[in-house]
Amino acid sequence: MQFFVLAVTLVVLTGIGFFFGRSHALSSVSGRARNLHSLPDYYGWYLALWCGLPSFGLFLLWVLAEPYLIDVLVINQMSAVLPDKWAGSSDLILNLVQSLAAGHTVPGEATPALQEAADHYNALKKTSFAGLAAAMASLVAAGLAWGLRQITPGLRARNQVEKVLRWLLVASATIAVLTTIGIILSLLFETIRFFQLTPFWDFLFGLSWSPQTSIRTDQVGSSGEFGAIPLFTGTLLVTFIAMAVAVPIGLMSAIYMADYASPKIRNIAKPMLEVLAGIPTVVYGFFAALTVGPFLRDVGMATGLEVSSESALAAGGVMGIMIIPFISSLSDDIIAAVPQSLRDGSLALGATRSETVRSVVLPAALPGVISACLLGVSRAIGETMIVVMAAGLAAKLTANPLESVTTVTVQIVTLLVGDQEFDSAKTLAAFALGLVLFAVTLVLNLVALRVVQKFREQYD
Amino acid sequence: MTVSHMSTSKLTAASLHRRHAVEKRFRAYGVVAIVTALVFLIILLSSMLSKGYSAFFQAQIRLPVFFSQDVIDPKRTNSSEIIARANYQILVRNALKARFPDVKKRREVKKLTMLISRGARRHLRAMVAHEPSLIGTTQEVWLLASGDADMFLKGAIPRDIPEKSRRINDRQIAWLNALEEDGASRRRFNVNFFTAGDSREAEQAGIWGAIVGSALTLIVTLILSFPVSVTAAVYLEELSTKNWWTDFLEVNINNMAAVPSIIYGLFGLAIFLNVMHLPRSAPVVGGIVLALMTFPTIIIATRASLKAVPPSIREAARGLGASPAQVVLHHVLPLAMPGIFTGTIIGMSRALGESAPLLMIGMVAFIVDIPQGLFDPASVLPVQIYLWADSPERAFVEKTAAATLVLMVFLVVMNATAVVLRRKFEKRW
Repeated sequence: MQFFVLAVTLVVLTGIGFFFGRSHALSSVSGRARNLHSLPDYYGWYLALWCGLPSFGLFLLWVLAEPYLIDVLVINQMSAVLPDKWAGSSDLILNLVQSLAAGHTVPGEATPALQEAADHYNALKKTSFAGLAAAMASLVAAGLAWGLRQITPGLRARNQVEKVLRWLLVASATIAVLTTIGIILSLLFETIRFFQLTPFWDFLFGLSWSPQTSIRTDQVGSSGEFGAIPLFTGTLLVTFIAMAVAVPIGLMSAIYMADYASPKIRNIAKPMLEVLAGIPTVVYGFFAALTVGPFLRDVGMATGLEVSSESALAAGGVMGIMIIPFISSLSDDIIAAVPQSLRDGSLALGATRSETVRSVVLPAALPGVISACLLGVSRAIGETMIVVMAAGLAAKLTANPLESVTTVTVQIVTLLVGDQEFDSAKTLAAFALGLVLFAVTLVLNLVALRVVQKFREQYD
Repeated sequence: MTVSHMSTSKLTAASLHRRHAVEKRFRAYGVVAIVTALVFLIILLSSMLSKGYSAFFQAQIRLPVFFSQDVIDPKRTNSSEIIARANYQILVRNALKARFPDVKKRREVKKLTMLISRGARRHLRAMVAHEPSLIGTTQEVWLLASGDADMFLKGAIPRDIPEKSRRINDRQIAWLNALEEDGASRRRFNVNFFTAGDSREAEQAGIWGAIVGSALTLIVTLILSFPVSVTAAVYLEELSTKNWWTDFLEVNINNMAAVPSIIYGLFGLAIFLNVMHLPRSAPVVGGIVLALMTFPTIIIATRASLKAVPPSIREAARGLGASPAQVVLHHVLPLAMPGIFTGTIIGMSRALGESAPLLMIGMVAFIVDIPQGLFDPASVLPVQIYLWADSPERAFVEKTAAATLVLMVFLVVMNATAVVLRRKFEKRW
């Protein structure tokens, strides 16, 4: 809340800077705007930037660094007074201190030492806020003074402002890179910690997955097993079923819509498929768990097959439905992009339409279709909600689609949902699985891109 | 000569026949594919509708409730505090016992009180607080039926399945039938469903908390992702020259679009919760994570609509002396705005339906209170659906399907807005 007030004040001051700069520039040429190098507004922006940008940068830095610095200070002060039993559990102490400082009651004893630390914490926060406000105020004042001195009729204000604007745009675009790097680093960091607890090869090629670690180390079965092969096979099985549903249906509907359907049918069918694409995955998951799973089980019972109510078939099938529009819309674009002259040539030689599609259109569109399928596979592998709700939890090494299997994403969710401490192999395993998932989808996407670039036929 | 000629044309005719049969079959495959996809869509929608519509109605039971002075305010203090703290459950139980005087055994009485929602006492307390003169009188009050009684009265529990496999036993059914014959049960529109937060009791659970949570999360997402992605797209499309850096940016953006959503959840957990110590389950964290996810969607849409602005506009502006930044800000961007808004709405509708990354950052907690701010624990609509789908009770199934319907209505409205916007403001140059 305090920070919010500070931010609003800064915006208001920046606005004042704008008008100040504008009027200063105008008065320096006694109101004759054409004697200025740039339009008067640019002088306003110039001053506003000088007022706002430095202290905004400081604000951001402060907000990011402050909690960390205060934590360090509090811990340093406390380590002198605390009994030895607390040594090494600084995170726990910090949590206690923070909730005391916020005025909550803490479980157990609020010892004088803790209470003192909480007061210290609050005092530090207060000092820090006052310091930030003062620093920002002086930066605004300094920026104002400096900017005003710079404003002369000859100042190339527009060029300066546009230069800053350009850098802001570059900064926005850089967020994409920062996110990717952040994802890779955060996954990698936790994964390395995981591999310090569990050997790399046991994870990648182990056949048994049972991540239940117990709290005390002397309990039976305390070290969980982290062999990820059953998860990989489960994921592959579900993905295979999904693609077996999505590729034929998606591809055939794309072909029909591009080469057969009248515009009227296309105008109805295309939006319908888009609706299918717009349904949230959690709805598909609910559908799979509530309708498809029990339906398949009942069918199985009627025909004497044993179908688990959380079968790979139900999850995979519904996932396939979800991917149909993805495949069909991508393929549709690609098939529509094959030049009409190729079709006309084939038809003129006496081929039927289906022969044209199969021996002319599809080969020409093949790289695009393959890339669409690869993107579909990458989607299926990364899909979470459907499998969480409709596939099982037991890691079984099986290729039977009627049994329940578990997937990489299901395990990530089950390992991380709920309160967990952050140093156990169990939670870290989720990040290792995440890294595998990220790597596989990344490779699939890059390959899909390469396939199109490398094998695409260039017409006209 | 004639013989071979005959046979050739016969051969041709035969092969033509075969080829036309293949043609017909191929065409049929296409029709079958499209029809299959549409049938799936229809099954999905109708299964949600048929299971969910009943949740919009709620069974109520009428009971003559005696607002006993001895229970509410035995010392006759008339203090509102005493009245607020009284045990109103006793009133419900007494009313039920009065209605069914032959029920005597403790266990039977317990079964009987299970027909009425546990929220009934709150209703009675509110009545007394509002109108203290009710104390000492007997009033006919419509009370909320419990989730199981509600299901039975709606006919969702078949009467012919064995007693053990229903959540409601034969005696309870007999009581409910008696009430029904008296005209002491009715069905009303379920306002509670749209105004209440989550609850362990199906009949009291509502989606308002989740809707508010979704709204707060989406506000954060919009505030963060819209300016950043539009400026990034303007840079890439208008103000940069193609070099290794912009190529690298583009690869990154395309990759961001294809990263599985759950990875964003892991990222948010590792960075925002564990490193930056932002609060768990808070809309602000959910909003940031979803903003990163919608980022590529809006960038791609923005670039497409910037590309659609014809070069002549830029050349004319340049010719009149505008700087590159002025060309973009004064001419290209305003012309591209409808397309940008359309892309943004579509990105937002995807963010609204997204749940996997939010599971990672703790937005799956059971939260009764309506979130008041960006840092309060909150859930969102799709995650609420996920949570309810996990509950085994029949009464929650209908709630889940109904919440799904509400979510789909929101999505349809957003997408329809996008389509209308595109139709209305799209310019053909």
